[in-house]
Amino acid sequence: MSGRTTRASQPTEDEIKELILKLQALLPQLNHRPNTKASASTILEETCSYIKRLHKEVGDLSQRLSQLLHDSAEFVEVDEELITRLLSNIN
Amino acid sequence: MNSRSLLLSPNPNSLKSRFTKGLLRALSIINKHRQQPRSSREIRRRHRLIKAAAYGSMASSVGNRRAWSRALLWKIRNQTRKGYAPTRNIGSSTRQLSMKKRICDLQKGNNSKDRVEVGGLGQVDKLRRLVPGGQVMDTCSLLEETAHYMKCLATQVKVMTRIVEVYNIP
Repeated sequence: MSGRTTRASQPTEDEIKELILKLQALLPQLNHRPNTKASASTILEETCSYIKRLHKEVGDLSQRLSQLLHDSAEFVEVDEELITRLLSNIN
Repeated sequence: MNSRSLLLSPNPNSLKSRFTKGLLRALSIINKHRQQPRSSREIRRRHRLIKAAAYGSMASSVGNRRAWSRALLWKIRNQTRKGYAPTRNIGSSTRQLSMKKRICDLQKGNNSKDRVEVGGLGQVDKLRRLVPGGQVMDTCSLLEETAHYMKCLATQVKVMTRIVEVYNIP
């Protein structure tokens, strides 16, 4: 895109809108009606709350893991089979 | 592509695989060093270590390719250094100075245009604080980095959930 060839150039309105629309595609809450256009500020707001929610989930999962480490007597050795088993059920 | 990956073994070079491997390795190291009096303080400390390991392995898996992963790696390396260097050394303080200068330059250059385009500077500011390294990015880069960061966070949550499931066997 010609608008972004130099570092000093100001981003055009269209470029920013396009990037914001790409964000909309990634947000699970806003994807129920993929053809409706949400406003830019709604998308940004949803993005912020989604990221905050993910941060909180990572914190909760870390807490859960520290409990599990605390409780379990030993930790299974890291090997390829474990990783394959772990990842085979994630889409 | 999704149905294939269910049947075949996962791509060892995918972000997910690298992240899983790194996190599991970090977890086994953390587990080896656990102390015998299992106090709640020890659990809290392990919680912090595991959280740092999660973000650290994610950022390492992405490497230097993204501004947010570079910022996160830099922050984590500084945090581990804090234990050894109670007074700020010259290196980190000059880097903080140059970051402040970049923030001021950004604020001088970008204000009015951004306000009109993204429907409120407040939203973009909130996003800057949430994405690692967001304070020194221009708006376009911030939006791109946000998209990638969100995808990686979602992967992180999926993998950690799976690890908890696997180790939750009584």
